[in-house]
Amino acid sequence: MLRIRNLKCFYGQIMAVKGISLSVKEGEIITLIGANGSGKSTLMEAVSGILPSWTGEILFEGKNLKGMDPPAVVKSGISLVPEGRLIFPPMSVHDNLILGAYTMLKKKAREEVRETMETVTDLFPILKERFEQPAGTLSGGEQQMLAIGRALMARPRLLLLDEPSMGLAPLIVEKIMGVLETLRSKGLTILIVEQNAQAALSVADRGYVFETGSVVLEGAADELLADKNVKRAYLGKDYEEFDDENR
Amino acid sequence: MQEFLQYFFSGITNGAIYAVIAIGFSMLYRSTDLINFAHGEFVMIGALTMVTLTMTLHVPVVPAFLITVFGVAILGLVFERLAIRTVSRPEPIVLIIITVGASIFLRGLAMLIWGKDSHTMPPFTAHQPLDIAGARLLTQSIWIVLIAIMVAACLHFFYKRTLTGKAMHACAINKQAAWLVGIPSKLMTLLAFGLSTGMGAVAGIIIAPITMPAYDMGSMLGLKGFCAAMLGGLGSLWGSVLGGFLLGILEALGVGFVSSGLKDATAFLLLLLVLYFRPGGIISAVKVKRF
Repeated sequence: MLRIRNLKCFYGQIMAVKGISLSVKEGEIITLIGANGSGKSTLMEAVSGILPSWTGEILFEGKNLKGMDPPAVVKSGISLVPEGRLIFPPMSVHDNLILGAYTMLKKKAREEVRETMETVTDLFPILKERFEQPAGTLSGGEQQMLAIGRALMARPRLLLLDEPSMGLAPLIVEKIMGVLETLRSKGLTILIVEQNAQAALSVADRGYVFETGSVVLEGAADELLADKNVKRAYLGKDYEEFDDENR
Repeated sequence: MQEFLQYFFSGITNGAIYAVIAIGFSMLYRSTDLINFAHGEFVMIGALTMVTLTMTLHVPVVPAFLITVFGVAILGLVFERLAIRTVSRPEPIVLIIITVGASIFLRGLAMLIWGKDSHTMPPFTAHQPLDIAGARLLTQSIWIVLIAIMVAACLHFFYKRTLTGKAMHACAINKQAAWLVGIPSKLMTLLAFGLSTGMGAVAGIIIAPITMPAYDMGSMLGLKGFCAAMLGGLGSLWGSVLGGFLLGILEALGVGFVSSGLKDATAFLLLLLVLYFRPGGIISAVKVKRF
């Protein structure tokens, strides 16, 4: 569904992603893990169209995304839930969701938008309760749900999430990961960028481990969870614990 | 009392005009973070176009009104396309200097087209002034206040109820987020320019019958409108309306009861006070930042 070949991303003279190839098949949950500055988020920016300065190939359903701006990417079926959620705080929950459907409404697909709104509020009943409230008054977890809901309003076939667990309590993270599994079971393909590798790998099918702009490891999620290097570097186990386990 | 009422009437008339100009500043600032110092020139072009259409070409008032507003709005779009979007490093200070330059350019252009003389046009409707408790209220003043309030109400509706209005608001809150959601933010910027300069034209048109429009009327009106917007809260619709009326009334009372030399000083004195004590304006819509 999504195929990336030899992607290099640039911020001015600096190469932040140094030739990455990866693929996402339909109906999969894929996670990209790695520390700060490893190039995961940059890759998301390139796919969603915010960062135009990249070389290589990003194919979505066989179509190259080169030169597309974010609205064009959204129209082609990819939505991003951005890092830090980026909801519109003074606007109501309802308006935030409606704006997510901007491209749909411009196509005059009112009936579909109404349906999607129902699906989203079924998925996150709390949003229905807070419908007329300004989005800024929601809790962090609720805002994350709103950001996901807003992205879903555009009816994407591929959902990108950049750090969905950031700043949230473990219980909420679990809930959100649960929702992502539900969405996958309904046929949505999902790509998650996470520093919280444990949470992301627990729902993912496969994962890619990033380090300073390159993929250093890839494999099935459970293999990665068990991999001792991943454990040491990304699952927050320190050396002593790690040594204990391997003694 | 009669005296007070007379000053008050002239205050709300001027205030309504300042309010419409302030709305133009605010709407643009809200969606683009930009203060257009050429805004006053669009007011002037609106006024002079209206004069030419009604006096020289004998177009009736209502169609002339609409033609002028659309014409000036299109001029605003051209301005954005040619002078603003083409800037390679669009930092606020660069853009602001460009608008100052554009203001000088437009003033010069208007001088070539309309000459240096003042022009006149009659009020929209020819009625005798009303006599209220001894004070005279011009019918044009009633038109001005009515149109100003209508404009504000229409904009309020536009921002709260229509998808495009909400999308513009979203761009104002967070351009990147709006872009990611699929809102074409460049189109929204363009639209904001059209809307803002159209507002400027409205102000110019309603003021045309009670002043004698000339090519150099724009700068002072623009500055007054800017003061009003700062006073009420730059970026806030109702803040701009409030700021406009407040400025108009204080100015008129200052002229009437203190000294007529105070007229223009009032606005700038208020601006200084606001910047000292409440930099976000009375209704602050945006976080204050320095650059």
